[in-house]
Amino acid sequence: MPTRAIPYLKAVLHLLCLLPMLYLAQQYRNGALANLADPTNYLTHFTGDWALWLLLVDLAITPVRRLNPSLAWLIRLRRMLGLWAFFYATLHLAIYVLLFSGYDLPTAWAGLQAGHLGEPWNQLKLIWPRMLDDVEKRPFIQVGLFAWVLLFALAATSPQRVLRAMGGKNWQRLHRTIYLAGIAAVVHYWWLVKAGVRTPWKVTAVLAVLLLARVVYAAMKRSQKTRTAASTAI
Amino acid sequence: MLLRTEKPIPSSEITPQEVYESFTMTRRRMLSGLGAVGAAAAAAGLPQLALGETPLKFATSNYTVNDRATTPESKAKSYNNFYEFGEQKDDPARNAHKLKTSPWSVQIEGLVKTPQTLDLGKLMALRPIEQRVYRFRCVEAWSMVIPWDGFPLAELIKFVNPLSSAKFVQFISLADRKTEDLPSGISWPYSEGLRMDEAMNPLTLLTFGSYGQTLANQQGAPVRVIIPWKYGFKSAKSIVKIRFVDKMPPTTWNDLNPGEYGFYSNVNPTVDHPRWSQAHERLLNSSGNSLFVKSVPTLPFNGYANEVASMYAGMDLKRNY
Ligand code: HEM
Repeated sequence: MPTRAIPYLKAVLHLLCLLPMLYLAQQYRNGALANLADPTNYLTHFTGDWALWLLLVDLAITPVRRLNPSLAWLIRLRRMLGLWAFFYATLHLAIYVLLFSGYDLPTAWAGLQAGHLGEPWNQLKLIWPRMLDDVEKRPFIQVGLFAWVLLFALAATSPQRVLRAMGGKNWQRLHRTIYLAGIAAVVHYWWLVKAGVRTPWKVTAVLAVLLLARVVYAAMKRSQKTRTAASTAI
Repeated sequence: MLLRTEKPIPSSEITPQEVYESFTMTRRRMLSGLGAVGAAAAAAGLPQLALGETPLKFATSNYTVNDRATTPESKAKSYNNFYEFGEQKDDPARNAHKLKTSPWSVQIEGLVKTPQTLDLGKLMALRPIEQRVYRFRCVEAWSMVIPWDGFPLAELIKFVNPLSSAKFVQFISLADRKTEDLPSGISWPYSEGLRMDEAMNPLTLLTFGSYGQTLANQQGAPVRVIIPWKYGFKSAKSIVKIRFVDKMPPTTWNDLNPGEYGFYSNVNPTVDHPRWSQAHERLLNSSGNSLFVKSVPTLPFNGYANEVASMYAGMDLKRNY
């Protein structure tokens, strides 16, 4: 891939990552969303799925790049994909807070329109105990929140400036936790489905392959090192 | 809102409720003649055509929720848990057309004076069908308001005469690899059960239809039970066997995860499911144009405490969830 082409590729990828969002907007506009029996459930699952899928694509970049030196340019797509995963995870969280938790959106909105700027906040305070209860009691919410906080930390430290300020080593150490976010997101999924339901197995398999690729690569590198060390010893 | 709508929406969602109701009532009256013909054909043992949902002849009932709007039919028939046909809630509506509901018979077995196999037509003709509008509460913390057509299960129980040793009733659903997915994580057939007094409670409805028509396949056609004070999974679908037993029968979700799904599974806002609170529910009854789903407090016994609470007097409902 010539370096010149990369900005174009990025533009195309941005558009592709925006497509799920545009699809939602279109379903909103044509009334299809409102015609669903349970739009809240649909939106929660839709955004959760896309956050996880983009996170997995992001995690795939390093293993794929290592297959062949000619794929080195892939690394330049990693940051944007991570940010898009964070975007959908945040949308997912926002839907949890504003729709799933029982937040009274119409009242908050009517308050705003009537000039009561504090109304959205009042409504949030009303359901706050319910969300706190979720965070205290429910492991699936806890790991979800953990995954989101990690993604948030990575997104916040993603600009070049921050990288320079932090120093490459520290920055890299922090950004390796993206694997942890991936694992947490998959655990979140397993913990929220009912016993007997196996839908998360596909994403789990993909994550397992990606993690395994890392382990294999590290082992290969180590044995290479010992071999070189051995040959220099002779 | 109409401007935003490209897809055709059901008449129930664009016609004011009153107009819609009077329209369907006349339509039903016009069609009830047809229903009678079908029932007569069935009673005479003539082969019935399986044409999907057909109108039913029914009487109205006092058991009618009137403090909440009825869930639009299209929503009740497109959002179903029926794991035999897939694990996502839109799977059953997509896959259940493969379910063959005719011929159909229900085997009555176990501790009963005269074990017998009842043909569906005969079963339906046993007692007059009435329509009851019940609250329906899923264990996943959403609810609907649905008109069900059937007669009390007690009528069938009296008809088949269980022995005095029968303490529980077990319902067994169809499990057919040829037409159903039967996801591998669950052991099939689906089994549910009630204590005898619960089965005899006048609210427990042997159900053949909804919205004045025979059940859609994804709702558990052609015959199911509806137990409105319990979480939805207790209301077994596509029943092929009703068995009278002396011990608490195994039930599918309770077997899979006893910590999450009790045998009783009465709707109880004070006992949380480990993964979500049961204190509130998303009331899925809006007719159309809003994304917003109301969250309402869940009522003890799903609002049927007057009718059923006495059956559990003295029981610790936190332990017997
Ligand atoms: C504070 C953070 C989070 C909260 C409160 C949260 C909450 C939820 C809830 C309530 C559900 C639906 C559960 C149900 O239907 O019973 C869900 C599903 C899901 N979430 Fe999250 N979540 C969070 C973070 C995340 C993150 C960071 C990811 C991925 C990167 C994620 C991925 C998913 C997935 C894949 C599903 C299931 C989708 C499906 O079933 O198709 N969540 N989450």
